[in-house]
Amino acid sequence: MNFDKELDARGLNCPLPILRCKKALADLSAGQVLKIVATDPGSVKDFQAFAKQTGNELLSSAEAGGEFQFFMKKK
Amino acid sequence: MEQKRLAIIATKGTLDWAYPPFILASTAAALGYEVQVFFTFYGLQLLRKDLDGLKVSPLGNPGMPMKMPFGPTWFRGITWNIPNAVQAIVPGFESLATALMKQTIRNTGVASIPELRDLCREAEVQFVGCQMTVDLFGFEHSDFIDGIEYGGAATFFEFAGESDICLYM
Repeated sequence: MNFDKELDARGLNCPLPILRCKKALADLSAGQVLKIVATDPGSVKDFQAFAKQTGNELLSSAEAGGEFQFFMKKK
Repeated sequence: MEQKRLAIIATKGTLDWAYPPFILASTAAALGYEVQVFFTFYGLQLLRKDLDGLKVSPLGNPGMPMKMPFGPTWFRGITWNIPNAVQAIVPGFESLATALMKQTIRNTGVASIPELRDLCREAEVQFVGCQMTVDLFGFEHSDFIDGIEYGGAATFFEFAGESDICLYM
């Protein structure tokens, strides 16, 4: 999937992945996509909740080799 | 949609209990909430310029697992059940437990309290210090970080009365 910016949230624990994501999204314009890589298993549910409450769109959420990958489209 | 509001009262001044108010305040701000935290009694410790004095005490806290943040996996897995009487009599036990906790925090990628507090400030979380407690404990405003408002119970209700979520911790 194409993306405009990547956020490395590996090794970070709650709530840092969400807070860093919020910050990274601020640098993007509407419609641009942020790729996030995290290792916190709690982030799977948290990014869904973040998207639902902020209106940003979670395009995909996947796990591979103990890492979680998210693509978030800015509102 | 009208902006949601979260009001928190922070009353505890230990390293462990510093987490809930700062985690929830920073996260709510990231979700678009307007957030105010009212720091009263021991919670005022969380507004000090220097947060190095925050400690955690396992004494009389049966819910706190005591594990070592270093060594081989089998060693880290041991839960050390140290009797209260021993904890109470060993000088520096609290400082030792705090040092171990801080190492565990670093090992697990959990944010430090100064970092979370900074994130709250960046996200424009409002901090209110309880003036009555400042007087009671003999603090000075200069003991605390800048940009704090000071007020009393009525100040808290002014914001909390219009809030969607109100938490006491």
